[in-house]
Amino acid sequence: MKYYRSHILVSINETSIAAGVHGFIQALRNELAKADLTDEINILETGPLGFFGRGICITVYPENVSYEAVKVEDISELVQDHFLKGRPVKRLMLDAVNKFSPNFNYANRIVLRNSGIIDPENIDDYIGAGGYEAWEKALTQMQPADIVAEVKKSGLRGRGGAGFPAGVKWSFTAPLEAPQKYVVVNADEGEPGTFKDRLIMEGDPHQLLEGIMICARAIGATKAYIYIRGEYKLCISRLELAIKQAKEYGILGTNIFESGFDLDIMIKIGAGAYVCGEETALIESLEGNRGNPRWKPPFPGVKGLWQAPTVVNNVETLANVPFIIAKGAEEYMKYGTPECTGTKVYTILGDVAHPGLCEVDMGTTLRTIINEYAGGMKKGFRFKAALVGGAAGVILPDRMLDVKMDFSSLNQYAAVLGSGAILVMNEHQSIVDMLWSILRFFRHESCGKCSPCKNGTQQLYRLITKIKKGEGTMDDVDLMHTIAETMLHTSFCALGQSPIMAIRSAIENFRDEFIAITKK
Amino acid sequence: MKTLADLKKIREKAQEEMKLRGGNVRIKIVVGMGTSGIAMGAREVMKTFLEEIANRNLTDVLVTQTGEKGLSSMEPVVDLIEEGKPKVTYGNMTPDKVKKVVVEHIVNGRTVSDYVVATGN
Repeated sequence: MKYYRSHILVSINETSIAAGVHGFIQALRNELAKADLTDEINILETGPLGFFGRGICITVYPENVSYEAVKVEDISELVQDHFLKGRPVKRLMLDAVNKFSPNFNYANRIVLRNSGIIDPENIDDYIGAGGYEAWEKALTQMQPADIVAEVKKSGLRGRGGAGFPAGVKWSFTAPLEAPQKYVVVNADEGEPGTFKDRLIMEGDPHQLLEGIMICARAIGATKAYIYIRGEYKLCISRLELAIKQAKEYGILGTNIFESGFDLDIMIKIGAGAYVCGEETALIESLEGNRGNPRWKPPFPGVKGLWQAPTVVNNVETLANVPFIIAKGAEEYMKYGTPECTGTKVYTILGDVAHPGLCEVDMGTTLRTIINEYAGGMKKGFRFKAALVGGAAGVILPDRMLDVKMDFSSLNQYAAVLGSGAILVMNEHQSIVDMLWSILRFFRHESCGKCSPCKNGTQQLYRLITKIKKGEGTMDDVDLMHTIAETMLHTSFCALGQSPIMAIRSAIENFRDEFIAITKK
Repeated sequence: MKTLADLKKIREKAQEEMKLRGGNVRIKIVVGMGTSGIAMGAREVMKTFLEEIANRNLTDVLVTQTGEKGLSSMEPVVDLIEEGKPKVTYGNMTPDKVKKVVVEHIVNGRTVSDYVVATGN
């Protein structure tokens, strides 16, 4: 057998054939012959090379250097520099750094572990993937108090924005004696830029149902409502189908698995008011009233829907529960950080190369999320800031890129995790414009129940519009801060208490930009 | 109405079916049918797959749907799963691309590398 010092592997596939690979090989043979290398270098025509490049792709052994999109014109350079002198041609090398290979992180997913794999409209698929095991366990082997204790131990915190420990919330309602208790699912995902709950409900509706069932059993509720946005048509139809299937299987209904436990789950379609994401306004809306928040206390856990004890949980929170019950709190605590356990689903949008969603451990840095799961910044753009958590969120500058993203780490920087929306802005975007858009949103969505919010959002919008036009002064900027701070202390509900976060983070981190746009 | 024992049977059957899909079915095509996918034309993609498969009388292929995987910007996303091979994910699919994937990948066993966005995930 002839000994070659080097082998050139040429991938033959539809793409390379279309790019003229046969002519290329002929030209390469000629060039090698010209350089008197025919006896030293072997050309092998082969199939896939293990990567996906453009046009004609070749790999050279023993160096294991790969080139993509090589053309006949490149051959003399390749032969002269690489095959003769042993210097790989950098210009043509497969760009491993810029080549985005999506990481779906399925190995570390909890909430979305089935999404993208199973058929959400087929209950058997969910059951086959281990679905309703936790429900079976919760119903037959665990007492309600055990379920609450397990969820408490897992450290699961509410994923709607505030991050209140779910087990603690349940423990307020569970011991109460009442003829009727309710579980209400907050699926009114209204935070701009957030669509994580939609993906959970679309991709794995049964998992949410299972979470609701376990919660209902834990607190002793026999009725549950899913309050969902009207725009989420696909979620609604899939959830309706999932409820129907679960009823047919007797997983839901009366005397479930002969345990004597009854549960019914109903869907209520919201009309799209932002304030209805606030739990007491949501309850008002559910009762058929105008969506205005209620005075707290009494909290919904004591007097909620129709004055009955009610647990209101976010979709993502409940979707975590089946895993905790099936695998145990210990297993759940292996994810995330000690203070904030579990995973978080983020939606990444804006000026990144590949907007979309990801589910990662709590405490993953913003830099990792952007670079690994969204393919980095859009080509040619630099990172300037990210709006994290929607309108009720904060604007994080580049020095915060390495801060751990979890409830307690962000708290140290007066920032919040919020709903999990990450809106990335490039260096050409204006922070003032962004703030204008946020404050316009708040003005539009204020329910008008209390004066600080009703008038405050109006005045904030007036001031930011003035600043945006270049007619404002730094006094106006400081006035905005004062108004928002007053709203924080005096507003009735979280809506009026929220604008301070975006305003403070914008002014503190990007003060120069305000100085530049205002009058001296 | 089902009992717990029935549920167990369903689970075993479903798991068995998932395995069988790898045995009797040579290739499983999973189309991402979330809102983003549908907005970008996942229904047409699914329909084209079904049409092409019917036209060619392919009996060892299974088409099913799922939720979103994560790459909203590359929807419609389609997974091709073959026993013993890494999963191939195609992105930005269109009916024309589907036709090519059916000919090249499903019939001739050659991955259409131009449309691939990920493998093995």
